[in-house]
Amino acid sequence: MNQPFDKLLDARGMNCPMPLVNARKELGKLEPGQVLKVVATDRGSIADFQGWTKIAKNVELLAQENETMDGVNVYVHYVKRTA
Amino acid sequence: MGAGFNIRANEDPSRVQALEEKVEGLVKRLEQLEERSAEDRVAIVVFSGDLDRVLAAFVIATGAAAMGQQVSMFFTFWGLSVLKKGTEFSGKTISQKAMALMSPGTSLDLPVSKMNYFGMGAKMLRGMMKHKNVSSLEDMIALARDLGVRMIACEMSRDVMGIKESELVDALEYGGVASFLADSLKSRTSLFI
Repeated sequence: MNQPFDKLLDARGMNCPMPLVNARKELGKLEPGQVLKVVATDRGSIADFQGWTKIAKNVELLAQENETMDGVNVYVHYVKRTA
Repeated sequence: MGAGFNIRANEDPSRVQALEEKVEGLVKRLEQLEERSAEDRVAIVVFSGDLDRVLAAFVIATGAAAMGQQVSMFFTFWGLSVLKKGTEFSGKTISQKAMALMSPGTSLDLPVSKMNYFGMGAKMLRGMMKHKNVSSLEDMIALARDLGVRMIACEMSRDVMGIKESELVDALEYGGVASFLADSLKSRTSLFI
């Protein structure tokens, strides 16, 4: 899938709750309407990002993917700042 | 609004007045309900001074703050050790001195709740966490502050245990049960750890 994004956050190697916390921080720096791509190795981040975007205002989860990067399984999340 | 409403008003003013009163009453009730309803808040009591439990408290607190919740952490009894920056002995009673001697001097000295073996267990857990690239407790505390998590030290237990304000880290709030309840009653989630 070729989801466009405005900024990339490399959260590989980070563990709960850091992918979420850092994604939140980075998203805050974006303008409304912009998209943040997060690459994580933490399997829990799949459910974490779903939970975050369900609860928090001004955030939308556009897509989640499972990829292999440098031979490692990574979880990719696209979150959009909506307001 | 508009013509229909006005025409009826001309026809039957008493009916409109009754409706107006009813709406007014409903608005008032709604306001009361809104005032009492939960907000996007999380309140956590940190009673424990065990490294593992305190870590759990901070993971939840930082995660909740990142999700847009307003988080308050209340540190009481053994949990006060988390906020200590050092130990002082002067001006304390014998039992307070004894307690200070046997309590952790800072968050770095916190034991684990199981298999502590005089601090070996805590050291091992910290090592295992570092190996797995999990943030240390101290990083989490700094992060929580960064995310705007409120930290409130329980005044009563601080006084009982003889812990001085100068032994605790800066930028804390001090409060009692009512300050916790004022937050927890407005929170969707309240935890006692």
